[in-house]
Amino acid sequence: MSRTKRQSLAIFMSTLLIVVLLAGCGGSGGSNNAGANTPAATNNKADNTAAGNTDNASPDEANAANTPAEKQTLTLMVGNTGTTLDALKNVAAEAEKKLNIAIEFDIKPDGTEGDNLVKTRLATGDMDDLLVYNTGSLLQALNPADNFLDLANEAFMGDVMDSFKTVVTIDGKVFGAPVGSSQAGAILYNKKVYADLGLKVPTTWTEFMANNEKIKAAGKTAVIASYKDTWTSQLFVLGDFYNVSTQVPSFAADYTANKAKYGTTPEALRGFEKTAEVFKAGYMNKDFLATTYDVALKMLADGTGVHYPMLTGGLDTVMQNSPDKIGDIGVFPIPSEKADVNGLTVWMPSGMYINKNSKKVEAAKQWVAYFVSKEGQAAFASKVKAAGPYVIKGIDLPADSYEGVKEMQQYFDAGKTAPALEFVSPVKGPNLENITVAVGSGISDAAKGAKDYDKDVQKQAQQLNLPGW
Amino acid sequence: MTKVTMRTYSYLFLLPAGIIYFVFYLLPTILSFFFSMTRWTLTKWDFIGFENYATFFSETSLSIGFKNTVIYAIVTCGLKVVFGLLLGAFLTSQVKFKNYLRSVVFFPTLLSTIAVGIAFSTMMHPSQGVMNKALDAIGIIGPDWLGNTKLALLSVASVDVWKGVGVATVIFIAGITAIPQEYYEALKIDGGSNWSAFRHITMPLSRPAMNSVIILAFIGGLRSFDLIWAMTKGGPGFTTDLIASIIYKQYQAGFYGLATAGNVILFICVSVLAFPLYKFLTRSEVDV
Repeated sequence: MSRTKRQSLAIFMSTLLIVVLLAGCGGSGGSNNAGANTPAATNNKADNTAAGNTDNASPDEANAANTPAEKQTLTLMVGNTGTTLDALKNVAAEAEKKLNIAIEFDIKPDGTEGDNLVKTRLATGDMDDLLVYNTGSLLQALNPADNFLDLANEAFMGDVMDSFKTVVTIDGKVFGAPVGSSQAGAILYNKKVYADLGLKVPTTWTEFMANNEKIKAAGKTAVIASYKDTWTSQLFVLGDFYNVSTQVPSFAADYTANKAKYGTTPEALRGFEKTAEVFKAGYMNKDFLATTYDVALKMLADGTGVHYPMLTGGLDTVMQNSPDKIGDIGVFPIPSEKADVNGLTVWMPSGMYINKNSKKVEAAKQWVAYFVSKEGQAAFASKVKAAGPYVIKGIDLPADSYEGVKEMQQYFDAGKTAPALEFVSPVKGPNLENITVAVGSGISDAAKGAKDYDKDVQKQAQQLNLPGW
Repeated sequence: MTKVTMRTYSYLFLLPAGIIYFVFYLLPTILSFFFSMTRWTLTKWDFIGFENYATFFSETSLSIGFKNTVIYAIVTCGLKVVFGLLLGAFLTSQVKFKNYLRSVVFFPTLLSTIAVGIAFSTMMHPSQGVMNKALDAIGIIGPDWLGNTKLALLSVASVDVWKGVGVATVIFIAGITAIPQEYYEALKIDGGSNWSAFRHITMPLSRPAMNSVIILAFIGGLRSFDLIWAMTKGGPGFTTDLIASIIYKQYQAGFYGLATAGNVILFICVSVLAFPLYKFLTRSEVDV
């Protein structure tokens, strides 16, 4: 290469580098602008359509007729699993007509990734106007007093049931409105197979195991396990909490205060033992370590598997994937040793929280009020069916509820329900799902599993700086 | 220009790079040593001394994690060296379609690790996966590659080798082609076989290449995370947890201080294992 050529190449390359660098800056600046413009653009468009709708009336007159003068846009952060997002979109569309408040959805990942995102956005002051997030122990980790608006004195919270309020109340402040229905941690079962084999819904663990034996003899999977999705392995432990709290009423309080342990409380240890027992008896599907949640629900719907310890929210997935089979799926609680201790462990719905530092707090309050109202709930329920009773007064389960949910109602009517431990105690170890996989696949026994979990819990409590740990 | 400016002004040119190095490399490293002794959220922190280290060492899965990490590093490193050397020797010989074969060997390196992990975990499904279906066809009942507690870690390690052997091969090819042809000619005149050429010329003289491969693969193995996370997430239970995946789990749970302490421990472990190894390897190196 000649000298001049090399020089000109060098000049060309450095110019290119500078141009690229500048373009990079310009590019990001540009996209920022675009981002800032989007809401304005949608506003304009919406204004235009509004003006179009009112036909001959001048914009001023139209505004005078509607309650809110100016169109507002709120941002709402929500996860994207299940059908909640669709249902919320439906509510948002209705609310926009009624309140002239539009919602811009900000989709977050679910699970621990989502938790980290929410924590980061809160810490950097970048949270959306509204947030849909867990209740109970996970909410406590967000430091709600600093971040969310206290809704205790809002009129619309009057209709929310106290059972829900307890899981969003921290230091006397009530932070959230319920999103969707409650659900239970129970055993989903295939009613058709039950009828074919002449089985009865078990009320004790012995009866349950006897049923399993008959199902196994009939050549079907008695207990479906889907340990590929590790979180699904926890149900025998978490769903057993009704039985624990009925027999040892002080467990939750003692547990929070570091006085009771899973390893040393026989009633609590049962959950781990149950996880181990179904494995030892060989009742589980062959590929349980490679089976996913969706596959497990399909097995249940097809009747190749008969029992699935799961949250009743799973019914919604069955409805999506095999709607013709939804009527075959029933629900019964995780059995205890005694027939008279037989009730459901209940998971409360997620909460909707208003960002304390939002500039549109009033609009946000209006929107949440609409969401909680009968009309808002009807719009919500038209897209997602309940997996358990609602927690807003006056909102009853519709007649076309899932069979399984109807079966749950009797336990609610008889008062035989208890909230899951994670709603009454801030302590929940992050590794439970791995520990229950180990116990449920014979890697460690129940006693060791419980002990490991106690250690895991201790670590979490220390990190949360709870008193007494 | 005064003498002092003469002596010092050239350092001004280093300043921009120095600032960048300090802000983006040195400062975070120092800060992470500090934060490993705190309990911190993104906005506030409490100093708690060595408590995080104590907690990390009492972690149930940590002893498994240490063992697994070392096994994983040694297995992947060893196999990469063996296969890399064999492939390197093969691909520098007078083989047909040499260039095509070279790109075939290198191809897996270009793929995303996560994609490879997902693809292989599907192929290793105990009953639906391609691998066991193939074994089934010849009458062998395949194992549960990722579910069997004794096998899972080795399954992941073998995928790691499949994916990483391309880089090792390229390094070996470079090392082998640098060996002067005269040695081979001399051996041929003395009537040596291909095997003795490999044994007495290729092997010893590609030592520098081998050392690079060993160091790279060993450190890579110690820090390995993405493949194991995509394939097993440390499961079943804790049987395939590596130190890196344990750290990630702490971070996921929101225990930032604890996760930072874990990273410091990992940093120390890698240094303690890798530096002596490097020293040992370079001492016995032969010049061509």
